[in-house]
Amino acid sequence: MQIYRGHVLICAGTGCVASGSKKVQAEMANQLEAFNLENDIKIVETGCHGFCEMGPIVIVYPEGIFYCQVKMEDVKEIVEEHLLKGRPVKRLLFRDQMTEEMVPHYRDIDFYKKQNRIVLGNCGFINPENIKEYIARDGYEALAKALTQMTPEQVIDEVKASGLRGRGGGGFPTGLKWQFARDAKGDKKYVICNADEGDPGAFMDRSVLEGDPHALIEGMAIAAYAIGSDEGYIYVRAEYPLAIKRLQIAIAQAHELGLLGKDIFGSGFNFKLNIKEGAGAFVCGEETALIASIEGRRGEPRVRPPFPANKGLWGKPSNVNNVETFANVPRIIAKGSQWYAGMGTEKSKGTKVFALTGKVKNTGLAEVTMGLTLREIIFEIGGGIIDDKKFKAVQIGGPSGGCIPEQLLDLPIDYDSLISAGAMMGSGGLVVMDEDTCMVELARFFLNFTQMESCGKCTPCREGTKIMLDILERITKGEGKEGDIELLESLAKTIKSTSLCGLGQTAPNPVLATLRYFRDEYEAHIKEKRCPAGVCTALASYSILEDKCIGCTACARVCPVNAISGEVKKPHKIDPAKCIKCGACAQACKFNAIVKK
Amino acid sequence: MAIKTAEDLKKIKEVALDEATARINDGTQIMVGMGTCGIAAGARDVMTAIMEEVGKRNLKIAITWTGCIGMCEKEVLVDVLRPGEKRITYGNVTPQIVPRIITEHVINGNIVEEYVVGKLD
Amino acid sequence: MGKCCCGSDCQDSRFTEILEQYKGKDGVLIPVLQKAQEIKGYLPEETIRAIADYFNKPYSEVYGVATFYAQFRLKPSGENIIRVCAGTACHVRGGKKILDKVCSELNVAPGETSADGKFSLEPVACLGACGLAPVMMINDTTYGRLTPEKVTEILAKY
Repeated sequence: MQIYRGHVLICAGTGCVASGSKKVQAEMANQLEAFNLENDIKIVETGCHGFCEMGPIVIVYPEGIFYCQVKMEDVKEIVEEHLLKGRPVKRLLFRDQMTEEMVPHYRDIDFYKKQNRIVLGNCGFINPENIKEYIARDGYEALAKALTQMTPEQVIDEVKASGLRGRGGGGFPTGLKWQFARDAKGDKKYVICNADEGDPGAFMDRSVLEGDPHALIEGMAIAAYAIGSDEGYIYVRAEYPLAIKRLQIAIAQAHELGLLGKDIFGSGFNFKLNIKEGAGAFVCGEETALIASIEGRRGEPRVRPPFPANKGLWGKPSNVNNVETFANVPRIIAKGSQWYAGMGTEKSKGTKVFALTGKVKNTGLAEVTMGLTLREIIFEIGGGIIDDKKFKAVQIGGPSGGCIPEQLLDLPIDYDSLISAGAMMGSGGLVVMDEDTCMVELARFFLNFTQMESCGKCTPCREGTKIMLDILERITKGEGKEGDIELLESLAKTIKSTSLCGLGQTAPNPVLATLRYFRDEYEAHIKEKRCPAGVCTALASYSILEDKCIGCTACARVCPVNAISGEVKKPHKIDPAKCIKCGACAQACKFNAIVKK
Repeated sequence: MAIKTAEDLKKIKEVALDEATARINDGTQIMVGMGTCGIAAGARDVMTAIMEEVGKRNLKIAITWTGCIGMCEKEVLVDVLRPGEKRITYGNVTPQIVPRIITEHVINGNIVEEYVVGKLD
Repeated sequence: MGKCCCGSDCQDSRFTEILEQYKGKDGVLIPVLQKAQEIKGYLPEETIRAIADYFNKPYSEVYGVATFYAQFRLKPSGENIIRVCAGTACHVRGGKKILDKVCSELNVAPGETSADGKFSLEPVACLGACGLAPVMMINDTTYGRLTPEKVTEILAKY
């Protein structure tokens, strides 16, 4: 029996015959002969596939490639390209017949094209509950290298040379911080990971904890070796139950393999790691407050100095870094500081993970090389604004940061450029806002947050933020007065310079940044009693467009205060004296006849 | 076994790599993104649907999970890894489309275009 | 079993076990309060007193810690705890409408428990699922991409 390398199935059903499958079949026979393939490929006539509207249908086996609307002229291409060279003819494929080739590669998808995944390199690739998958991707090799081939001083020098800066907010050089802790006198020292990711809008640390917990453990062990510590604490928010669970599993597995515990890699280095669950207090992201909380006290910050490097947990020298900072460490030790310092801008090296959220099409986590512009992150990685509305501002750095307006979108982002723009890197939350956002109301929102989270220990933060919040609430209610802006500015200055900790020192930032770039919106609220974005309910007014209203009475029926009147099939009217601005009428109107101003 | 030297680590790594390759060559693997975002978007229901579908058809398939890959907008994310082929990621997966992914892609090797997000080496 | 006999909780062997588990250790106040809260869902005054006595700390110190952190409740809570995210991403994507809907469905204000004792509504700063904003959490389950309509559906499941 003749053995064929492949089969070409040509439909001979009524539909396909009508659209010319017989001619295609004849041409196929000719072409197979012309390319000397008649003994390799067999033509088979088949019955109807039920896809008559896409006929004539040709299917090539063994691949099972499904061609449709094949014309006589296409046959030569199918034979030459596909049957001879093995390359399916894409333009003839039915759209459901997707080959692997046609699927875009991650590196070609907008969301990933400009990303540089180092910290997130394992997230989404390994099973975080199986230490072997981490080891299979070079896990714990950096720890082995540090413990067996490097002195603690060499580890610190390597981290210094990499240019790594703290990823939690301030951007303090990590190597230098380690140096302070190493130089501090004391027989017992602690390594602490700040995993109290409290900035609303930031969730990169959660992703690392959940997706690659061993990277954190390895980074902390290296830090402990460098500063001369044998015990560490991870302080995790209680709001992250899954992260806590995965960390517990990871620590237990590392212990089992001897990667935590006593005499790691036979080097005589011991390291024990504990998890501390937070109990819900934003201020605990501040390092002295965090330490107080680990000690079981109210999480109130204290005056620095002494810095934790000298007097930290239980009064012992301690080094505090956040999750992303530690997760960078194994990569730096494994690949070398030169490789790391080769990425980024002059003073900000490596990558930063941003949490891209808000009114952007592709929300998610984006890890990019320092120095990329906000425009690239928001419009290329993020795909632009939902419903293609107009971009207004992006809030960076959470409640301690500031907003950046459109004219600064081409700013290359690093620690220093953001400070000069009146924002800060913070933990890296990027909340994108469109034209429907009221900047005054947003400032009120942030102040409300910091006011609630203020621990109450120092007066400027406790009382000052409350007064600022009161003023902002008045402005959004339409009760703003001349002089409010100046008062806000003066309060902001005092609070920034006299507060005890980072929470208070940065709390006025959202107000200052919105005042800097959107002062006109404040003025519209105060002077004209108008909210340009139409957000502040007290300043809104609803009216009915006469030419659009058909008099269906839908609005009048839903109005809870009977403020709408009018005859059936005639334009209706809203009585502004009765209207409570609930917006129910605008939702009920099917003709977009009700406008909010 | 406890790791005592860098050599020990290397040995464990080799075994882990072998196991990973064997798992891939041995059959198809399905991986569900199970970070908080994934779970909030319904990853647990998708996972259950996959297990039911695979169980019903008696398929020899490894089902596993991973952390967040960062594409929150497209959660629930499901990856299909077939021996010798690239890893294919599906987005916005619901329990309703699980049977389609299993029959069309896992069994028959035809990628379900409507839900495909991208491929990885 | 422990010997402590200072409040009604003494009868509860789970509570005694918790106290003994942390005996003599440093910095245990927060985990002890967390575990103790799991028993009744809140921290009655006698529990706080018993903890203070057991660890030889002034009542004011333990009370001070319990009132500092958002997680601790001094009043009984409902069967299920609802946390509607008030983070920035949720705020920008309409989190307020979700909160309003939960409030009107259950007829409660933030911080209150529904009349039937089924739900307590608690404020939360950010749940960290910002990519799926707006979100809320009921007990340990997070729900994302919410709309007011979905809220009704979800609440009906409990």
